[in-house]
Amino acid sequence: MSPTGWIGKPVKRVEDARLLTGRGTYIDDHPPVANLHHAAIVRSPHAHARIAGYDLTAALAVDGVVGAVTGEDVLRHTKPFSVGVTAPVHYYCAATDKARFVGEPVAVLVAKTRYIAEDAAELVRVRYEPLPAVVDPERALEPDAPVLHDAVGTNLAGHRRLVYGDPDRAFGEADVVLKERFRFPKYGSTPIETYGVIAAWDSLEGVCTVWSNFMGPFIMHPLTARVLGLPENKLRFIVPPDIGGSFGIKTSIYPYIALIALAARRTGVPVKWIEDRREHLLASSSGTDRVAYRELAAKKDGTILGMRFRWLDNVGGYIRSPEPGCSFRPTGNFVGPYRFRNLEVDASVVMTNKSLTGPNRGYACGHLYFESEGMIDRLADKLGLDPAEVRRRNLIPADAFPYRTPTGGLYDSGDYQAAFEKALELAKYSELRREQARARAAGRYFGIGLALAVDPSVSNMGYVATALDPQFRAKPEYLPKSGAVDSATVKIDPLGRVTAILGTTPQGQGHQTIVSQIVADELGLTPEEITVVDEMDTFTRVWSISSGTYSSRFGSVGTSAVALAARKLKAKLVEYGAHLLGVPKEQLEFRDGAVRPTTGKGPSYSIKDLAGRAHWNTESLPEGMEPGLQATAVFGFTVSKAVDAEDRVNSSNTYGFIAEVMAVEVDPETAAITILRYVTVHDAGTIINPMIAEGQIYGGALHGLGGALYEELVYAEDGQLLTGTFMDYLVPTASEAPTIDIAHVVSPSPLTPLGSKGLGESSSMTVPAVIANAVSDALGPLGIRITELPMTPTRLYELIQKART
Amino acid sequence: MKPVKFDYHAPASLDEALALLRRYGGDAKILAGGQSLMPLLNFRLSRPAALVDLNRIPSLAYIEEHDGQVRFGAMTRQRMIEFSPLVARRLPLLREATKWVGHLPIRTRGTIGGSIAHADPSAEYPAVLTALDGEVVARGPKGERVVKAKDLFVTYLTTSLEPDEILVEVRLPATDAGAGFALEEFARRHGDFAIVAIAALVVPDGARCRAARLATAGAGPVPVRLRAAEQILERDGLTDAAIDAAAGRAAELVSPDSDIHASADYRRHLTAVLTRRALRRALRVAHG
Repeated sequence: MSPTGWIGKPVKRVEDARLLTGRGTYIDDHPPVANLHHAAIVRSPHAHARIAGYDLTAALAVDGVVGAVTGEDVLRHTKPFSVGVTAPVHYYCAATDKARFVGEPVAVLVAKTRYIAEDAAELVRVRYEPLPAVVDPERALEPDAPVLHDAVGTNLAGHRRLVYGDPDRAFGEADVVLKERFRFPKYGSTPIETYGVIAAWDSLEGVCTVWSNFMGPFIMHPLTARVLGLPENKLRFIVPPDIGGSFGIKTSIYPYIALIALAARRTGVPVKWIEDRREHLLASSSGTDRVAYRELAAKKDGTILGMRFRWLDNVGGYIRSPEPGCSFRPTGNFVGPYRFRNLEVDASVVMTNKSLTGPNRGYACGHLYFESEGMIDRLADKLGLDPAEVRRRNLIPADAFPYRTPTGGLYDSGDYQAAFEKALELAKYSELRREQARARAAGRYFGIGLALAVDPSVSNMGYVATALDPQFRAKPEYLPKSGAVDSATVKIDPLGRVTAILGTTPQGQGHQTIVSQIVADELGLTPEEITVVDEMDTFTRVWSISSGTYSSRFGSVGTSAVALAARKLKAKLVEYGAHLLGVPKEQLEFRDGAVRPTTGKGPSYSIKDLAGRAHWNTESLPEGMEPGLQATAVFGFTVSKAVDAEDRVNSSNTYGFIAEVMAVEVDPETAAITILRYVTVHDAGTIINPMIAEGQIYGGALHGLGGALYEELVYAEDGQLLTGTFMDYLVPTASEAPTIDIAHVVSPSPLTPLGSKGLGESSSMTVPAVIANAVSDALGPLGIRITELPMTPTRLYELIQKART
Repeated sequence: MKPVKFDYHAPASLDEALALLRRYGGDAKILAGGQSLMPLLNFRLSRPAALVDLNRIPSLAYIEEHDGQVRFGAMTRQRMIEFSPLVARRLPLLREATKWVGHLPIRTRGTIGGSIAHADPSAEYPAVLTALDGEVVARGPKGERVVKAKDLFVTYLTTSLEPDEILVEVRLPATDAGAGFALEEFARRHGDFAIVAIAALVVPDGARCRAARLATAGAGPVPVRLRAAEQILERDGLTDAAIDAAAGRAAELVSPDSDIHASADYRRHLTAVLTRRALRRALRVAHG
C-alpha cells in the first residue's frame, strides 16, 4: 500500500460530471470529418436463403443517395475474416452467396441523411431463394439437417475432446455418478449506446481512418486490415473519449468496420453508420446458447472425483473471432474452485441460422457455473448433505496457492474458505435454513441457493488455440500465440504537472479515476492533480495484439502498466536528484512527492522543482540521461503461455473468487420469484476504488439476473427472431434489482504491482447459478430442479403444473 | 429506425384537428402522448401521411365530476390522474391502475385518451373502463357521440371509432363510499404491459354483495368484462366459496392467446388466481 493511500478509497469518478450532464463525447457526437454521409444496411429477412441477385435501380434513383455496396462488392473487394478453427467457413462482412441468419447484412445504402438512406434501403430488391433453416444445435448436427456452409459440409465448426487426469478411472471408482442435461440461453448486453462506425478514405495517402466505439484494437485490427487489403499502418482506428457501455458485445463490431470502410471507399465519401436498437437485437452479438450434458463422479463423503462436460455451443450462422472462445475461454478454470483433477470435456461448436456470437460479460463462465454449481447441489441432495458442506469438502485449500489446475490454469492467489464462510455468515445461512423449515411447514416455497466461482480476468489470448488439435499445433508452420499486454505513459510537464496517457478504451468503467488514484499514490499527489487521457488511436498510442478493454483486463493489466510507468519515472527523478545533490542515488528515495534523503535529514527536491530544472535546463541532467520527464511502461504477464501438447493452458492471468448466497420465495400460483436475500462476496485482490468495484458487481449481478429470468434472443423454428424489440427482449431495470449485500476478501495477486485483479464480469457469471439453485431448492418439495434458463413464468408454471399432476 | 416522411400538424383547436383528419381522409394519425405511436412510426410499422398533434389544444386536458361521473379530457396525462385528489376520492380503482402504467416518464407524457384509443388489450386503462362500464365521447364531422366501453374495443389495437373521429373525453362512474377495489396484475417486470391483470370493484351490503365489477387485461384480444363471475358474487355474496367460484368461472370466460411472454393456458390460470386475489383484497379495502 502506498503512503498517501488513494488506492482503496471510494474516490468520486472524474468522468461522472460530464457523463451525467450529457457532455460526454460518444461516437454519435463525433463529427471528425466534413461531408459525412450516412449508411442504412439492408438485412436479410430470411434465416437461410441463396442470394440470386440484386436490383438497386429504384434505390439508387432516390434523391440524395450517393451509392451502395452489395455482396458482389464485398466478394470482389474484401477477404473473409480469419477465425481460429480449421473448418473452411468464409465469413465476410456481409452476405455474399447466401444469407445465413435473419438480419445478416446484404447491402449498404449511402445517402445524405439516414432518413433518405432508410427510404432507399426499402427499395433494394434482393432475389432470395429461401432454404430450410435450423436453429437448434442438436438438430443442426443430425444427418438430414440443412447445411449452412457447403464448403464445410456439416454444421460443426469445430470439435475438441479434452482429457485431463484419468476421468474414466474416476467414474469407475465413484460411489455416486450423477447426470443432467442443461440449456443456457442466448442473450446479449444491450449497452445503452449501440455500435457506431465512421469511415473515411484518404485516397492520396492510401489511409483508411475509422472512428468507432470499438474496445480494441485487440486482434481485430490486423484481422480487419487483412480483410480490407491494407497494410496495418494504413488502417487507423480511433476511439472517441466515451463509450456508452459494451460488456464484451462491442468486441464484435469489427465486421461493420470493414463493411462501412468498404462503403466509404466505393462511394468516395466519409460514411457514418449508427446501429439502431432493432439492428442491435437482430444482428450485433450475444453469448451462445448451449446444450450441456454433465456428469459428476463422487465419493460417499461428497468428495468430487471427476466431471465430464459435453456441450454444444451455438455460434449462429458463421463462426466469428474470438469464437470459439465460448467453449475454451474458461479452460484454465474449468474446475472452478474445486480440487478434483479428472475431467473430460467434449466441446462442439455448432453453426445454425441464428445471429452471431462473441464475448458477452462473463464470457462462457455463466454457462460453466450454471452447470457445475447445479451439479454440486444435486450431489448434496443425493448424499443428503448440506450444499454448503459439500462445497467445503471440495474447495482448493488456502495454502495451495499459487495453484495449478489440471487444465493448466494458474490460480495466483485466494482464500476460498474465508470468502465462502464470510458469505454464509453475512447471509446468516443457518438462520435462513431455519426460516426455510418454518416456511415449508407453512406450505410456502422458500429456497436457498449457493454458488461459488473462480472469476478469471485478463484472458491469455493463446487459449483460443485450444480449439485446434495438438497435432495441428505441433506442425512447424504453426505459430503459437500467447500474451496479455497493455501500456501507459506518465509525463511531467515543465511546471511539474502530471499527465497519464493510455489507450484502454474505457466504456464507462472509470479508468480515468482509477489511473489518477494510482499515479497520485505513486507520485505523492492528489488524484485531482493528475490529468488522465485515455483515448485509443492506433497511429499514436503504444499498443499490441491484446490491447483493449475486455475480459476484465484493466483492473489487472492497464493498472499495472500505469503503476510501472510511474515507478520508472520516479526512478529517473531519484537519479536526477542524486546528480543534483551529488550523492549516490541509494541515499535517496521518492517519498511524499519529493526526492528525499532516506535518512529523512537534508535537502529534498519536489517534483515541481525537478521538472522545472529538467525541462528548462537540460545541461543539469547527468551524463547519459535521456532528456524529458516521461516514462512509458508496457506490462505483460509472464504466466501467459501458449497451449501445451496436453491441451493445458493458463487461459487467464489473474483469478478472483466469488461466493454467493441467495434466498428466494416462489409463488406456486403465479410462478413469480421473489429474491429475499442476496449476498455476494468477492476476492479481486487489492480493490483500487471500492465504489467503482461495487458498481461493477451491481451491474454484473443485474446482467446475470437478466440471463436467469428475463433475457433471451428467442427464435422461431424457421429462424425468425421473436424478441426484436425491448417490448419482447426484457432487460431487468432498477425496479427488478434486489438488495445486494457486497463484501470483499482481499488476497492480493502476486503477479501485479498493485495486487489487483479484474472484477468487471463478476456476478454476471454466478447469478444464473445461484438463482437457479435457490429456485430449485424452493421447489424441491415438488421434485423440481431447474435445468433451463431463463426461468420464465410460463416455463416455471408448466414445471409446477406437471409436478402437481 | 427513422420514420417514413410525414406531414406534421399541431392544430390549436379541436375543429381544426377534425378538419385535418377530414382532409387526409383516414391517412392521418392522431398524436397524443406518443408513447406507443412514436415507436410504431420509427419501426415503420405505422406509415401515415400526416400526424395531427393534439398537444396544443389545452381544452382537452381536465378532470371534473359531473352527474356521478368523473370526466377526463382525452389529453389528461396519466401523471395528473395519479396525483388528482378527485380521482383518489372518487375513482380509487383508476388511481391504483395508474401506478401500473409504464414508468414515471411514460406517465408524464401518456394520456388517458391515448391509452384507451390505442386499445392495447394488455393495458390497464381499457380494463378499468370495461370494469366500470365507462364510456368515451367521440367527436367527428357529424358531431359528438357517446360510445360505451363494451362497444368500443373491437380487437387488438382496434376500436370502433371512425378514422375522422377524435376521442375527446373519457367518463367513468364515480365509486360509492363503502365500495372495495383492487387491481391485481402480473407482469414480468414493473412497468410492463400486463400478462394478465384483473380490475375488481365490489360493493358489499352486509353479507351480500350489492354489485361486483370485474374485467381483464391481457386475457384476450379485448378487455373482457367477467359478467358471469360477477353474477356469482351478486347472488351468493362475498364468501370465500363464492370468490373461489367466481375466480374459477372467470378463467372459463376468457380466450387468451399464447405469445412469447405467456402461454394461453398460463394466462387462463392467472385469470383465476388474480381474480381471487383481487376480490379478496377489494373486500378487505371495503371493510377498511
